[in-house]
Amino acid sequence: MAELARLGLSDAEITRMQDQLSSILEHIAAIDRLDTDVIPPTAQVVAMTNVTRPDVVTASLPREAILENAPRQSEGFFEVHAILGAAIEDAS
Amino acid sequence: MIDSPSQLTGLTAAEATRSLASRELSAVELTEAYLKRIEQFDDELGVYLHVMRETALAQAAAADRRLTAGDATPLTGIPVALKDVLCTIDAPTTAGSRILEGFRSPYDATVVRRLREHGAVFLGKANTDEFAMGSSNENSAFKLVRNPWSTDRVPGGSSGGPAAAVAAGLAAVSLGSDTGGSIRQPAGFCGVVGLKPTYGRVSRLGLMAFASSLDQIGPFSRSVEDTAITLQVIAGHDPQDSTSSREPVPDYRAALSGDITGMKIGVAEEYSVEGMEPGVATAVDRAVERLRSLGAELVRVSLPHTEYALPTYYITAPAEASANLARYDGVKYGLAVEAPTLRETYERTRGEGFGAEVKRRIMLGTYALSSGYYDAYYVKAQKVRTLIKRDFDEAWGKVDAIVAPTSPTVAFPLGARTDDPYQMYLADVFTIPANMAGIPGVAVPCGFSDGLPVSLQILGPPFAEATILRVADAYERSETWAARRPRLEPAATTSQP
Repeated sequence: MAELARLGLSDAEITRMQDQLSSILEHIAAIDRLDTDVIPPTAQVVAMTNVTRPDVVTASLPREAILENAPRQSEGFFEVHAILGAAIEDAS
Repeated sequence: MIDSPSQLTGLTAAEATRSLASRELSAVELTEAYLKRIEQFDDELGVYLHVMRETALAQAAAADRRLTAGDATPLTGIPVALKDVLCTIDAPTTAGSRILEGFRSPYDATVVRRLREHGAVFLGKANTDEFAMGSSNENSAFKLVRNPWSTDRVPGGSSGGPAAAVAAGLAAVSLGSDTGGSIRQPAGFCGVVGLKPTYGRVSRLGLMAFASSLDQIGPFSRSVEDTAITLQVIAGHDPQDSTSSREPVPDYRAALSGDITGMKIGVAEEYSVEGMEPGVATAVDRAVERLRSLGAELVRVSLPHTEYALPTYYITAPAEASANLARYDGVKYGLAVEAPTLRETYERTRGEGFGAEVKRRIMLGTYALSSGYYDAYYVKAQKVRTLIKRDFDEAWGKVDAIVAPTSPTVAFPLGARTDDPYQMYLADVFTIPANMAGIPGVAVPCGFSDGLPVSLQILGPPFAEATILRVADAYERSETWAARRPRLEPAATTSQP
């Protein structure tokens, strides 16, 4: 799970979290008592769907303002490690 | 009348506005009184992560010019605290997290912009549980907040800073966010008024996202009237938040007639749970009786799925959080812990940048969304959410509002629940259902138990903020709780006349 969430956890954190999450999941299991076979799911509670705006170009924030918080930037872009060449080691 | 700084910081926003309008008081004087009090007491209380002294003094001077020119609106010159999950261009926004230490937003949250336009004065960014995840403010990566009524107790959370600020007179009004009770529960623990508006009533542009189908911004204040005034300023449609509603915004202050005669108020037995403190039950029962004596008709209602709201929330909210917090990756902003590969950079940045509770919720959410568990957890929770919402929909056919305790206990001691996450989660057992159903709820002080504030929660149908504020105001007027404020002990080195 930690890998899926891209979270680096120490061994001690993993041990502690296993116990805590197991206990939380036991409490959560209470909802299994409810028969929900015919109940539709609710993802959100506003009575709106597909909110759109007119397709008009408006001003956006300046690029420099957005990049100002970036840990690494270069030539007007966010800078990241190459992933293509490293893909094989990375996936293992 | 007003002759000392401590009296100035005891005024409600409405009272201060009257003195500002008559020019008997200047916005600069009022702001200086608050800044002085922050200097005196905030080392102890831990309310502010960042005090915006210079901004505040400049805004106060500008407010005085507006007041003199007769161009003032409600909140002009009123000192406000902003929960540090609300983006501000002129101060850091950290969400109480190391991963955002030093982050400067390139834009203001819409609520911040609206307050600015109205001439409010920003005292600072208030402490919060990391990414608004917590019920005691003990998950802030930076410091504890102490409850002004008893400094060995928690202020509640996640908006512990904004709640304690208003209770202690370190702000006149504040804004927080409420995903599962994060406004109402700390308002209750700190003995102030706190409102979670209907989902969609207030724009969330510029609010650091926690659980997007639940999050809502709302005010804290020392009177229901101040909450109505503040809601008026922040409510309404925002083209930049597609979940914000076009529902017309009524005049909230005009709704505070003091008259609740004939109003039908629901009482649900499901809100009497095991483990409820006797002092809380007694104070809440008395408050409900008071509503009857004010002319309301009490009606029994049933919300049979109430007990499932907490477990459902702890699937839905972490699932949404695990997706929302994927953006903190060491690339666009915030902390970056460099490693040889991009993947390791992600893992190390997030491993070092997030605190224990945020990690727990990301793990829980990732699990609930993962292949093989998605139907059993995430979809199941969405179905139970339908049942919780239907309980309320049915009740609104019979009653105008529902009353319940805000929390089953008063503020608990610092450290009392940090070892057991589920015990901590139980602090929100009465506030979570409103978020699941998207309805508004207001917490209003209703007495004391062992010297600590008890709070009554008033829930209403979607967009019925005016109704629940009217009930809260009628109750507040019938009692004297709003006048009682915590006595703060000045730091040992300073002497008080």
